[in-house]
Amino acid sequence: MANAHAAESASHAHEHVHEHVHEHVHYTTTGLDHKKIAIWAFIGSECMLFISLISTYLIYKGRSVVGPFPHEAWTSPSGQLFAPILNIPVTSASTFVLLMSSLFMVLALEAVEHKGNPAYANNIRGNSKFWLMATAIAGATFLGFQAYEFTSFVHEGLTIRTNLFGSSFFTLTGFHGAHVTVGVLWILTLFAMDYSRGLTKKDTVLVDICALYWHFVDVVWIAIFTLVYLIK
Amino acid sequence: MANTAATQTTAAPHAAYESGLWSWIATVDHKRIGTLYLFTALFFFLFGGLEAFLMRLQLAQPNGHVVSAELYNQLFTMHGTTMVFLAIMPLSAAFFNYLIPLQIGARDVAFPRLNAFSYWVYLLGAIFITVPIFFELAPNGGWFGYAPLTTIQFSGGLNIDFWVMGLQILGISSLAAAFNFITTIINLRAPGMTLMRMPMFTWMSFIVQFLLILAFPAITVALVFLLFDRFFGTNFYTLAAGADPLLWQHLFWIFGHPEVYILILPAFGLVSEILPTFSKKPLFGYHVMVYSGIMIGFLGFGVWAHHMFAVGMGATADAIFAMATMLIAIPTGVKIFNWIATMWAGEVSFTTPMKFAIGLLALFTIGGISGVMHSSAPADTQQTDTYFVVAHFHYVLFGGSIMGIFGGIYFYFPKMFGRYMSESLGNWHFWLNFIGMNLTFFPMHFSGMLGMPRRIYSYDAGQGWEKFNMASTIGTVLLIIATLIFVINFLKSRKGGSVAPNDAWGAGTLEWSIPSPPPDYNFAQIPTVTSRYPLWDLKHPEMTSDISHASPDAATVADAHAAPMHEETGGKTAAELGIPMPFSTLKPLFAALGLVIMFAGLLFMHTDKFALAMTTTIGGAALLIGSLYAWLTSPLE
Amino acid sequence: MTDHEHADHAHEHPTWKQYKWVALILTLITVVEVWVYYTPFKDSPLFVPTLLIMSAVKFAIVVLFYMHLRYDHKLFKALFTGPLIIAICTLTALMFLFGKFSL
Repeated sequence: MANAHAAESASHAHEHVHEHVHEHVHYTTTGLDHKKIAIWAFIGSECMLFISLISTYLIYKGRSVVGPFPHEAWTSPSGQLFAPILNIPVTSASTFVLLMSSLFMVLALEAVEHKGNPAYANNIRGNSKFWLMATAIAGATFLGFQAYEFTSFVHEGLTIRTNLFGSSFFTLTGFHGAHVTVGVLWILTLFAMDYSRGLTKKDTVLVDICALYWHFVDVVWIAIFTLVYLIK
Repeated sequence: MANTAATQTTAAPHAAYESGLWSWIATVDHKRIGTLYLFTALFFFLFGGLEAFLMRLQLAQPNGHVVSAELYNQLFTMHGTTMVFLAIMPLSAAFFNYLIPLQIGARDVAFPRLNAFSYWVYLLGAIFITVPIFFELAPNGGWFGYAPLTTIQFSGGLNIDFWVMGLQILGISSLAAAFNFITTIINLRAPGMTLMRMPMFTWMSFIVQFLLILAFPAITVALVFLLFDRFFGTNFYTLAAGADPLLWQHLFWIFGHPEVYILILPAFGLVSEILPTFSKKPLFGYHVMVYSGIMIGFLGFGVWAHHMFAVGMGATADAIFAMATMLIAIPTGVKIFNWIATMWAGEVSFTTPMKFAIGLLALFTIGGISGVMHSSAPADTQQTDTYFVVAHFHYVLFGGSIMGIFGGIYFYFPKMFGRYMSESLGNWHFWLNFIGMNLTFFPMHFSGMLGMPRRIYSYDAGQGWEKFNMASTIGTVLLIIATLIFVINFLKSRKGGSVAPNDAWGAGTLEWSIPSPPPDYNFAQIPTVTSRYPLWDLKHPEMTSDISHASPDAATVADAHAAPMHEETGGKTAAELGIPMPFSTLKPLFAALGLVIMFAGLLFMHTDKFALAMTTTIGGAALLIGSLYAWLTSPLE
Repeated sequence: MTDHEHADHAHEHPTWKQYKWVALILTLITVVEVWVYYTPFKDSPLFVPTLLIMSAVKFAIVVLFYMHLRYDHKLFKALFTGPLIIAICTLTALMFLFGKFSL
C-alpha cells in the first residue's frame, strides 16, 4: 500500500479528466474517479465474503450424515436410492453463458467509452444498448439455470435443511445468485439510462464500475464451478 | 453526482436547514456527522458503563443478590457488545469523520451522503440491539455469541435474534464508512500531501479501514449461517447433522482479532498527534510508525486462533499461532518506544490530553505484556476464561483505546466547539480515572490467577476472591465519579469554556490552520503541503528543520488552484466564496430506516406470524431500494 | 511506474479483437475442464491440481483483461491483490485447521 502511489503528481491524469469535463472540476489526488476506487475496495471486501462461504462449503464437504450427496450415490435407510445430485452438463452450459455475459459487458463498456468516435458510430461495436441488453439477458439466463437447478434439487430431495451439503451449497450458490441478481438490475438500470437519455463518453465510469462488479461475480463463479462442481 | 463531474449549481438551496434539529437530521457535513457520532457513542459508553456497574455491584460480595442470573447474562453480553460496537468503534468513527478530511486538506469525505447513511444505520442498529434489555429480552450469549450455544436448540426466544440482526446492521454501517474513508484518504489529499506526509492519525485510520473491510465479511457470513439456522432450519451449527462446533469460533475470531486492532489503532493515532504537540518535537521515527502500523494490521489476520488454544487444535496449529502472536508484540513495542523517544528531550507540557496520552502508554504496555503471556499456548490454557483475561483486555481496551479517545476528546474539543475544556476538571477526571481503572482491573489479575472464572453471576465465599472483587467494585465507583466529572466538563465547556484560537495547542498539522470550529467548507483555499508539519513550517520552522521537505509539483498546484500553506480566518460563507456544498438530504436516513425495518421484520417469524414478517421485511426492502434509487439519481450538490 | 502509464490507460485497453480472443480462450479452458471430468484422468492424483490451475488461469485472465487490471492504475492492483492474498491465506489456514490438508 505504502508504495502504491507514493510518487503521484497527477498532472497527466488531469489532462485525461479535462477531456470530458467542461466546468468546475473537483480536485482529486490521483486523478481517478472516487467511485472506481470505492468499487475496487468493495471487491476486495467481497473476496473475504466469498472465501468465508467457500471455506465453509469445503470444510463441510463429506461431513453430511445423510444424503443426497453431490458426487456419490446414496441409499437412504428406507432403501430409497439417490443418484449423485450435481448436474454437470447443465451447470457447464450456465457457466458458459456467464462467461459470455462478461464478454458482452466488456463490449458494452468499449461502446460507451468510444461514444463520439466515428469508427464506432452506426455499427454494432458502438451499440451500447445492444451489449447492455445482451449482458442482462445472459445474466438472467444464468439465473434461470440456477432456478431450474434449485427446483430440481428440491424435487430430488435436497433442500437447504436436508444436510450440511444442502445448507452450505444453497447458501454459497444462493449468495452468488443474489449477486448476479443485483448485477442484472444494475445493468438494466444502465440500459434504461441509455434508452432514455443516451449514455455518453462522460458516463464511462458508471458503466466501468458496473462492469467491474459483473466480472468479479463471474470470477467467483469460475472458482465455485471448479471447487463445488468439478472436484469430488 | 460524480465528484469529478461538472457542477452547475453553486447557490445552495439549503438555507432552511442551517440550524435547529432539522439541520442535524438532514446533514451530510462530515463535521456534523462526526459530532453526532461523538454524542451518540458517548451516550452508549455511559450506558455500557452502567451495565458494568450493575455487574460489579452483583459481584462485590459473595452470593450477591442485585440481579438475577438471567439478567446478569444479558448484562455481560450487552456490556461487551455495547462497548465494542456502540462505544469504542463509533467514538473512533467520530474522529475519522471529523478529522480525516481536515487532516488531509479536504472539504468533505468522498461520499458525503454515504457517510450520513453510515451514521443513521449505526444509530438505528444501536437502538435495535439496546432496547430489548429494558424488557429483559437482551442478547444473553456473550459478545462472541458462540454457536451452537446460540442456536435455537439452546437459545430459543428473541434474545439472540436481536444480537444476530443488530450486529449484521452495525456491520453494514462500518463497511459503508470504511469504503468511504478509503476513497477519501486515497483521493482527497491536498496537493503535496503524499502518503508519507499524512498525519499519523490519518495513517492509522487508513489501516483500520482495510481491517474493517476484510474482517467484517467473516462475521457477516458467520451471522448469516446463524440467522439461517435460526429462521430457516439450516444445519451449519447443528452437531447432530455433522456440523463442526469450531466453525463459528474460527469465523468469529477471523473477524474478532482484527477487530481488536480496529479498536486500538485509532487511539494509537490520536496519541501520535498529542505527544509531538506537547513535546514540541516531530514524531520520532515516522516511517517506522507507519510500517509497524501496517505490520500490526497485516499480522492481525494471522493470529485469530490464539483465542482458541483451549479447544485442542493440536500442537502444530497452537505453535504457529503462538509464534505469530508473539511476532505482533514487535511492531507494537516499536510504537511504544517511538512514543517515549518522541517525548525524550522535548519541551513536555503536562496538559490533560497529554496526561491521557501518557496514561495510554503506561496502561497499554501492561495490557500488552499480559497479552504476550497469553500468546504462549500452555500459559493461555491456564488463563482461558478466567478474570486474568478480563484484566488483560480491559488494560488494552480501557487503558488503551478509552484513554487514547479521552485524550483525543480533550485535544480536539477546542477544534470542534471553539472552546477549551476545563483543565482543572480534566485533571480530576484523569487522576480519578487512572486510579479507578487500576483499582478495578489490576486485582482481576489476582482473582483470575486464583481461578475465578469469567461470566459467573455469583461465587461462594472462602476461595480467596472476596477482597479482589471488593477492590474492583470500589474502583468502578471511582470510574463512575471520574466519568461524571468528564460529562459535566464536556457539557459545560461547550458554551462556557475559554475561547480557543485556530491553533489551540501549537500543533503542526493542517486541521489547526483553520478556524475553530471550522466553517462548513473547511478550507477556503486548499493549502499546498510540503512537509509532515505544515503549520510548524509556517510558524516554527526551527522545529521541523530536521525532517524532509520537498517542493510541490508546480503543475499539480496550478491545476488544483491550491494556495501556499497559510492560516485561514474564516467568516465568509460557502456561497460568498463560490464553493459548491452538498445538499442536505433525508434520503440516507430513509435508506437506513428501510434496512433496519427489513431485518426487524424477521423477528416476527418466531412468533409464527409469517405473513407479518414477510410484509415487514419486504416493506423495509422496498423503502431501502426506493430511497437508494432516489438518492443515486439526485445530484450531490 | 510513472504517471504516463496510468494516465494513458484509456488508450491501452485491449482491442475488440483481443476481447474475443480472451473469450475464446476462456471457453476452451472451460471445455477442457468439463472434458477431463468425464475422462479416467479424474481419478488421477493430478486431477485436482490440474483443475485448480485451470481455474486460476481463467480467474487471472478475466481479472487482467476484462477488469483491465493489467492496464489500469497500480492502485487498483493493490486494492485487489492485497485482500485476495489475505483471503486465500485464510482459506488455506482453515483447510489445515479442519484437517482437509495435512503436512
